[in-house]
Amino acid sequence: MAAAAEHRLDPVAALKEAGLAGFVALMLAVPLAGLETVSAPGGLTINTRWDWVAIAVGSVFIGRLLLILWRERGRRRGGPTMDLGIAETLRTAMPILAAAGIAFAVLLPFLPFADRRVLDIGILVMTYIMLGWGLNIVVGLAGLLDLGYVAFYAVGAYSYALLAIHFDLSFWLCLPLAGALAAFFGYLLGFPVLRLRGDYLAIVTLGFGEIIRIILINWYDLTRGPDGISGIPRPSFFGLDFARSPPPDGHTFHTFFGLDFSPLHRIIFLYYLILVLALVTNAFTLRIRRLPVGRAWEALREDEIACRSLGINPRNTKLTAFTLGAMFAGFAGSFFATRQGFISPESFTFIESAIIVAIVVLGGMGSQIGVVVATLVLIAGPELIRELQEFRMLAFGGLMVMIMVWRPRGLLAFRDPTVRLHPPPRRRFGLGRGKAAETGAK
Amino acid sequence: MLSISGVHTFYGSIEALRGVDLEIKAGDIVSLIGANGAGKSTLLMTVCGKPRAARGRIVFDGEDITIKPTHEIIASGIAQSPEGRRIFPRMSVLENLQIGATTADPAHYDRDLERVYDLFPILKERSNQRGGTLSGGEQQMLAIGRALMSRPRLLLLDEPSLGLAPKVVQQIFRTIKEINEEQGVTVFLVEQNAYHALKLAHRAYVMVTGRISLSGSGADLLANPEVRAAYLEGGH
Ligand SMILES: Nc1ncnc2c1ncn2[C@@H]1O[C@H](COP(=O)(O)OP(=O)(O)OP(=O)(O)O)[C@@H](O)[C@H]1O
Ligand SMILES: [Mg+2]
Repeated sequence: MAAAAEHRLDPVAALKEAGLAGFVALMLAVPLAGLETVSAPGGLTINTRWDWVAIAVGSVFIGRLLLILWRERGRRRGGPTMDLGIAETLRTAMPILAAAGIAFAVLLPFLPFADRRVLDIGILVMTYIMLGWGLNIVVGLAGLLDLGYVAFYAVGAYSYALLAIHFDLSFWLCLPLAGALAAFFGYLLGFPVLRLRGDYLAIVTLGFGEIIRIILINWYDLTRGPDGISGIPRPSFFGLDFARSPPPDGHTFHTFFGLDFSPLHRIIFLYYLILVLALVTNAFTLRIRRLPVGRAWEALREDEIACRSLGINPRNTKLTAFTLGAMFAGFAGSFFATRQGFISPESFTFIESAIIVAIVVLGGMGSQIGVVVATLVLIAGPELIRELQEFRMLAFGGLMVMIMVWRPRGLLAFRDPTVRLHPPPRRRFGLGRGKAAETGAK
Repeated sequence: MLSISGVHTFYGSIEALRGVDLEIKAGDIVSLIGANGAGKSTLLMTVCGKPRAARGRIVFDGEDITIKPTHEIIASGIAQSPEGRRIFPRMSVLENLQIGATTADPAHYDRDLERVYDLFPILKERSNQRGGTLSGGEQQMLAIGRALMSRPRLLLLDEPSLGLAPKVVQQIFRTIKEINEEQGVTVFLVEQNAYHALKLAHRAYVMVTGRISLSGSGADLLANPEVRAAYLEGGH
């Protein structure tokens, strides 16, 4: 470290470093980009694309050089102070940023560029934001690495679909039921993993996610297995459907409000639905962080032994985190089912869990706005650059690497102390507290 | 107030406590000294139920707490400042103190916070600073303050002087005395710093490989040639 006192760029070393990076890129690019299989009359043949390889190697080489230059400059300025600056600015700008973000989200459907595609992306992004906020409770606040979060999303979706189809219940009735069922599964998963931490916890939760998916595939009588469930009822606007033609003696949304029929109405309604669900998730998390339960989650993430010595009951604390996190996944799952109208186990694979975890981790564990930023980067970004086709995933990967290089602790990796601990006496619903924990949490 | 009789504690097959008997009277400061690995921390943790005593009985205020879960033991009026302080590094000083109040009645919260700030004015100054960025001495004050937030009747302190400059050590011990005399909290103190610990103590115990080998008033042990030879000579 001390050798860096002499802040001069060594061109030979820099070229060597960039050359090495270029070499690695070459080794990767030859098989990945240089060889392409094409179907020809006699079977598959291989095309070579050396120009692509050259582009890849060249851009890595030059990129590395730029990176070295940038790094040198940062070192000369004395690195970490910049970070504090960002944190400070963001902290003061946070409320304004949040308000602007919400205002934008609310107005989005009325903005001139809001066509079908933009709204669909909006719905997708809001869904992931909600999932990210939900998982943030488990991973960000309580520090329990859950790689099977999608299982609860699936439970919510299937609960909604089955309840709505077989019992003909309305969306607004199914939503809490699906949330409760998912919460129950979260509670069930909580028990076996109470003693596990870190890697072990991650593996078991990952397994749980897969178990749920495999059950969904194999329990054909209930879930119709890989065929999936179709014809899931669409939500209605206080009893008003979004259909083109009204039933004989009733109204649909557009006739009731005297509007011309537009398929966009349903999309806009769905968009607002998920927006409200997501905002409720956020409000809940912000509030609970100030209550004893939320405090206990964060304390548990920091130091379990200290928590125990202060009379926090780690068991109840972990179980509440799993249960509540799962509940929000359940809500999101119901939304997913009603939006798609069709669900199958395909939608609930491990990659979904991985993306949600990536959103939370890249956002900076525990940061609510970080989740939003990370979702925009990870979900909206790739959607918007669909034109890039096969390079999309490459860009995605590059983005992840870049974030981890520049902001290794997440995009917004700082936490603001929260203000208040105890709700006013009497109205308290705290957990992990002596007697209250005994009666309240079991 | 606390009576420990015939307590054995195991880590797997290692017997860390081999039949400990110890008595703490209400209002006293009781010190426990002993070499590294003697089992002092294990005894404090056994009182809190983690690890649990395999044999023997621990009675607190007439109630058998030997097999109670930790959070209930803490809620019954015992607080611990664990070895190595273990404050929450990413949370603010104030939040650390608030978590300390987990088992306390929220109605007392404001008064208790005031009390801790009176005891350690530096914590008030630093209330928004992250715990992890405090100096070692400040962290120790925070650990003690955090334990006090639960309004304990019995305060367990594991090596509060660990790694602190002599001046800060004196300040910490003065504060412990203050907590004991002015707030009437009974203190059970585990220390390497035998001189200070014995000087402060009403009653003191010496532990050697999982057993109590000597006990007496603090002044007695301070004068005891064996104790002097083993724990005090060579500078205190
Ligand atoms: N978690 C554990 N697993 C296995 N053995 C342990 C564990 N904790 C402590 N021990 C062993 O128990 C014995 C007593 O340890 P303890 O921490 O109680 O000593 P101590 O008197 O507090 O020492 P020190 O003054 O160094 O803090 C030691 O031999 C130690 O190696
Ligand atoms: Mg010890």
